[in-house]
Amino acid sequence: MSTTVEATKEIAAIPSFTVTLMVRRFDPENDDEPKWQDFDVTMFGTDRVLDALHKIKWEIDGSLTFRRSCAHGVCGSDAMRINGRNRLACKTLIKDLDISQPIYVEPIKGLKVEKDLVVDMEPFYKAYRDVKPFLIASDKPAAERIQSPEDRARFEDTTKCILCAACTTSCPVFWTDNQYFGPAAIVNAHRFIFDSRDEAAEVRLDILNDKEGVWRCRTTFNCTEACPRGIEVTKAIAEVKQAVLRGRR
Amino acid sequence: MSVVIEQPNQPRSRKGAQWEKRAWIFMRVSGLLLIFLILGHLMVNLVLPERGVKSIDFAFVAGKWASPFWQVYDGIMLWLALIHGTNGMRTLVNDYSEREWVRKTLNVSLWVVAIALIILGTLVITTFDPCIDPDVETYLPNVCKP
Repeated sequence: MSTTVEATKEIAAIPSFTVTLMVRRFDPENDDEPKWQDFDVTMFGTDRVLDALHKIKWEIDGSLTFRRSCAHGVCGSDAMRINGRNRLACKTLIKDLDISQPIYVEPIKGLKVEKDLVVDMEPFYKAYRDVKPFLIASDKPAAERIQSPEDRARFEDTTKCILCAACTTSCPVFWTDNQYFGPAAIVNAHRFIFDSRDEAAEVRLDILNDKEGVWRCRTTFNCTEACPRGIEVTKAIAEVKQAVLRGRR
Repeated sequence: MSVVIEQPNQPRSRKGAQWEKRAWIFMRVSGLLLIFLILGHLMVNLVLPERGVKSIDFAFVAGKWASPFWQVYDGIMLWLALIHGTNGMRTLVNDYSEREWVRKTLNVSLWVVAIALIILGTLVITTFDPCIDPDVETYLPNVCKP
């Protein structure tokens, strides 16, 4: 009995705070326009924005809609615009934000909103598919394809992409007309263009030497700033530009 | 049974692909050249003359264009700056215009204006004659005096 009381006291001792979340809501069946809705939630220092969204969905309003799968920064499902910056909700601690102000949570920009924080990712995936993001090799070896550590290091950075779309939907060129391939597709092309085992670098470079390809990049560095995996996206795009100019990797 | 994997799409438009690359290279090269050309231009026109900006008058310009060096210098600067600027505006138009006819109209007007300015500018530089009216002596360079 006494242990329970003490345990309760200990839990109560963990500092909590109340924070206001302004969530951009859109219900396609009832709304013409998206609107802001505010929720007050009590959170702890270890809580992330995703925990606050869970709390709202589970305790306040079950109709709140958002994507999340692993909830630990690996699957890339819960990219959203938090206080005007593209972040993974599962990697953003609430205490790191300014909690004296409301926290604004919106869907990522440039893709059609389906409901609340869920957007139609198809244009994003189409650009990804268009760069042929798979190994293309003519031979069929019986064993693994050997690669030196140096050759592997060449594209190490761009293997880290989780396709969360934080970079592409932070890009002002992508916002305008959805035609630009976008940083994520170029990053994933980079991953194969600079892979010594791959034989289709020229094909991918040709695809990206397009009116809507790498030349639309304005090097605003929004993508690098947005990437939750710390990929140097703008640098990768610049390397692809250089490779297009050379005509080979 | 084998699974048929749908062929990923080919580039959305092959038309003008090389142009976009050339435009990108041109912007870098012309930008770099323009830095030196414009700094040189400002130096010669504003800093080096004894009375600074006040020394620029008809005679000053006529004197410069009497030399083939400055004709070529100003000609290159005119062409590079206008094409560089217009191409920059073109990328802005492509970014911001949503309707195709707006984009086309703006881009065509941009290039019409740029080409007109290039032709007029080149004409002035190459055919410049300082002796418009030999009777006016006050501000004309010495070459015009009979």
